[in-house]
Parts: sequence; structure tokens; C-alpha cells
Amino acid sequence: MKALGLIAVLGTGLLLLAASRDFPNWGDPSSPASSYRLSRHFITQTINETAVPNMVTAVLADYRGYDTLFEAVVIFTAGIAVIGILRRYGNRDFIPAGGEVHLTPKQPDLIVESTVRLLIPVIQIFALYVIAHGHHSPGGGFQGGVIFGASFILLALARDLRTAQNWVAEKRMLILACCGILIYAGIGVLCQLLGENFLDYQILHRILPTDPVMARYHSILGVEIGVAFTVTAIMFSIYSNLSSNGQMKEGI
Amino acid sequence: MEAQGQEGEIVSQFWIFDLILLVFLVTTAVIALRVRDLLSAAMIFGVYSFLICLLWTGMGAVDVAFTEAAVGAGVSAVFLISTVLRTSRKSSD
Repeated sequence: MKALGLIAVLGTGLLLLAASRDFPNWGDPSSPASSYRLSRHFITQTINETAVPNMVTAVLADYRGYDTLFEAVVIFTAGIAVIGILRRYGNRDFIPAGGEVHLTPKQPDLIVESTVRLLIPVIQIFALYVIAHGHHSPGGGFQGGVIFGASFILLALARDLRTAQNWVAEKRMLILACCGILIYAGIGVLCQLLGENFLDYQILHRILPTDPVMARYHSILGVEIGVAFTVTAIMFSIYSNLSSNGQMKEGI
Repeated sequence: MEAQGQEGEIVSQFWIFDLILLVFLVTTAVIALRVRDLLSAAMIFGVYSFLICLLWTGMGAVDVAFTEAAVGAGVSAVFLISTVLRTSRKSSD
């Protein structure tokens, strides 16, 4: 059986290696991806149409904003699924398969706590910078949201889960996650109410004090903030459920 | 960063760096599969994410690399480690 598996793996690997010879060269201007008219449009017209220098952000949040909306919904659904599977309310005794795992209680550590106290504000400021500066540099709602959520995870790791829960209660986190999706979808519906397609930000210049190009620019920031809310909340929610066995009392 | 090769193809001058990263990438992937201690497997998986993040940076896909650094090397490693600490540490196979 193992020999068969090895033969299958080797065969597939050789096929993949043979197929990789047909790939266009790295950065080849005549490759199908670069010569297709849509890519040419994005490369030449993004700055004129949206005033966003970082093409990746413009494509992500504007041209294919519908896709990104449902990416955020996927993350939201993942968080809800983790809560649905793991979260246990009340004090019912439950012994998981393989026996209850007892972790040694955490001792307060001066060095760890001081380091974390210095680090967390820096991490959070950086996360806000990544979200807000996604137009000009790599970054955006997903990355900034993950970094912001990681700052709460770091707090829960260094102190304990209860301290982090005092900062951001479980219910408030879930409301934040819902708010994120609602901000994103709300901007889309607002465009529809003004008489354009779903997530066609151009029309928002009627209610924003800007021209259509800058309306797209600012709406991208709006949807990035929505994504960041959802991702922050869901990341911390998944961590607290995983680390406390769904009881939200003692983390690792 | 790039030079025109003899047959008109773009050759990265950092190919040695890429080669080292790829060798490390394959090594960490094999180790993460072979090791029996799941906690070490989770940590090695974080290293794998970081290496592939470096490779993507080298290819100029900075946005993807940033996401990989934040999600792959950062948060998902913490998720895996917290899951391992809450379940059993040894792999059964």
C-alpha cells in the first residue's frame, strides 16, 4: 500500500513538474494574465477611476467588491461555526473525548507583562495604520483586522483570558462582527438606493461632499473598516473558544 | 532586480536565495508531517508559513505575503497551538 502511495505521489509530482514547463515566465509581459484586456484596464485606468495608487486594494475592494464582501461573510460564518461547535454555556460538567486536560495555573510574570504592556499599543496603532493606509501600501481590512485581533490574543496569552474578556466582552465582540458585515453590505445597499448597482460606489458622490472618483476612494476605506471589524472580532472569538474549550473562563 | 537572460527570459539574480528558501520550505513541510509531537508540528507549520511569505515577497506579491505573515505565521499558529494544548499532544499515527 505504501509503495502504491509512493508511486502515485511520484507520478503526480512528475506530471506537475512537466506541466510547469508550460507556465509563462515570471513577470512575462506577453503571458495571458498580463496581455488580457482586463489587466491592461486595471493597470492603466485604476488611478484615473479610483485615485487609489495600490492596484491590489482597488481591485479587491472596488472592482471585485462583491467577492470581498462574501470573503468577509465566509470569515463571519467560520466564527459562527466555531462558536456553534465549541461554545458551552452554563456550568454543565462535560468531559471531552480523551479526558479533561488540566493546565497548570498561570503565574504572573513581570517581564512578560511589562513587555506586553509596551507592545500592545504599538501593535494596535500599526493595525490601524495597515487598515487606513491600504490605499497606498500593502494591507487593508483583512491584514489590519488580523493584527488587531492578534493584539487581544497576545493579551489573553500573557495575562489570562478573563483579563482580555474584561476588555472586550464576548457579546460585544459578536456585535462588532455583525456590524462589520452590515457596514460593508450597507454601503452596497446605499448605492442601490441611490439608483446604481450593488457596491457601485461612484454614485455615493451625491451624499459625500466629493466628486465620483474620490467617492470610490473613500468608499474603499469604508468597506475596509467593515472587513476589519469582522476579522478582528472573529479572530479573537475563535481564539477564546479554542483556548478555553468553549467555556470562556480559563484560557491557556 | 532582474536582468535579461540570453534567451530573452527574465532571470532573477536572487536565485540562490530563492533556492535556499525552497529547500527550507520542503524540509519544514516534510518535518511537519513526520514529527509525532503535535505541538512541534504546529510550530513548524508557522515556520513554513513564514518561509512561503518570504518567497511571495521575493516575487513581488507583497499583499499576499502580508496576509500570509499575519494569518498563516501569526494567528493560525496560535490557533493550532491552543487546540493542541486543549486536546492530546501526541499524534496517534
